[in-house]
Amino acid sequence: MSLIGALQYIFQYQFMQHAFEAGTIIAIVAGIMGYLVVLRKTSFAAHAYAEIGFAGAAGSVLLGINPLIGLLSASTVSGLGIAVLGNRASHRDVEIGTILAFALGLGLLFISLYTGYATEAYSILFGEILGISASNVLLTLVVSLIILVAAAFVYRPILFASLDEDVAEAKGMHVLLLGGIFMILLAASVSIAIQVTGVLLIFALMVTPAATAIRLTKKPAYAILISTLIALGATWSGLLIAFYEPYPVSFFIVTIVFAIYLIVRFVRPRM
Amino acid sequence: MGPKRQEGTDTGEIVTARRLAVGYKDKMVWHDANFGIERGEFVAVIGPNGAGKTTLFRMLLGLQKPSGGDLTVFGSKPSRGDSRIGYVPQRHAIDNETNIECVELVHLAYGGGRWGFNLSTRREKDAAMSALKAVGAEDLAHKSLASLSGGELQRVFLAEALVSNPEMLLLDEPLSNLDIRRAIELVEVIGDVVKERKVTAFLVAHDINPLMRYIDKVMYMANGKVATGTPEEVLTSKNLSALYGARVEVLRDSRGHIIIHSRYGGEEVHEEAYHVI
Repeated sequence: MSLIGALQYIFQYQFMQHAFEAGTIIAIVAGIMGYLVVLRKTSFAAHAYAEIGFAGAAGSVLLGINPLIGLLSASTVSGLGIAVLGNRASHRDVEIGTILAFALGLGLLFISLYTGYATEAYSILFGEILGISASNVLLTLVVSLIILVAAAFVYRPILFASLDEDVAEAKGMHVLLLGGIFMILLAASVSIAIQVTGVLLIFALMVTPAATAIRLTKKPAYAILISTLIALGATWSGLLIAFYEPYPVSFFIVTIVFAIYLIVRFVRPRM
Repeated sequence: MGPKRQEGTDTGEIVTARRLAVGYKDKMVWHDANFGIERGEFVAVIGPNGAGKTTLFRMLLGLQKPSGGDLTVFGSKPSRGDSRIGYVPQRHAIDNETNIECVELVHLAYGGGRWGFNLSTRREKDAAMSALKAVGAEDLAHKSLASLSGGELQRVFLAEALVSNPEMLLLDEPLSNLDIRRAIELVEVIGDVVKERKVTAFLVAHDINPLMRYIDKVMYMANGKVATGTPEEVLTSKNLSALYGARVEVLRDSRGHIIIHSRYGGEEVHEEAYHVI
């Protein structure tokens, strides 16, 4: 069967259409935000948002609310919290670690209180894009558009403040505000990306593509483009393979991005 | 304290401090400082760690308020975001993982503060290139920040500070990680920029010797006090002993190098970082 034939076949199924729509939007957001995560060295904070989001999602499953709403609100509120605490809070590994451990514990409690299927918990932890509903595709699209518009608006100041915070501050830029905006955008991006990769594999889209891209180019705009292309390529290929194979999409995505990363590291061991 | 100021008016002064005091909540850093720095002067800021050198910069940048006295910069109170000041801080987030070309950083220093969807203009790119040229670093423009040596990186930071054509430069320990040859090379570049562009420059350093050929004034901070004047005025055994409140000797070797030598509790101390300048 040709690739086009295969695609025509796959897109007969509505759940695959939805998965591709959401996956595409999410890969674009993750590819772009991932570059700033890598540049600002805030990957630990990104992971923390995912795990705090887990508690929110598990809590909303328990209450019978859409888990995506729980995810978005829990991680965005924590993003707001870190934003209020100030820029350098994102580098406080010990405090973030303490909070994320508690959040995971809370999530575990909610899951064990929930009498329904354990698959809900499983899909939050490891991602389940194949089951995404039409309304969640729409919600993902709306949240993504907000993130992308806001990110484009603050991109240059955030890029400069990430590289040279003290000079940015001296130039009258509001580095605390910028750091706060970044944290909130990151929290929202992580929330939507969890639908594809799950909480535990969040780095597959938020870190690895950008970490690969920065080894390939010295120009930030190109790095963002490459990071996005890797995230998109891995998501699409993961979805295609998972349609024919009985293994989870997130496994294929994480494997593809990791393979690309390894190849690039091997070809370009030094930056 | 400087002879130029004693001659009379304050009109040429870019920076004026009168009974200036600075401190944090429970700690006075220094007090009662009086100095005037004129346009085009190159000033070395010297003193032990914690003496308030970086704090002086933060006040000049309008990031910290004095706790007493008056400070004027360009004739008015310092305010944050003054584009007439170019700043090279001691701390940078750039490391060997920052794979971004140098010209991008310099370029961002010119237009990076702007919010919104605008792309960079030709003028910004030209400004970045000419700033790199001014410090002899045009060859580095398309190299990665991650790949630069300490001396090259400092040139790029200097270009970043120069890109908006400032009238005053604040350089916080640009020489600290450089070997003596690279330090002298960088001081030459800075000295030329100061002379050609008639900018006023403050440079924080631990070792004054590489700077001696270029500087007009020294600000020596120690023990809660600030002494300002020409090197000949400030760097005397009498002045520095008064400043430290301890017996300090200023020695000059046969090639004119200055060594500051102190004696604590009968035991001779010859501390490289602070007292040998």
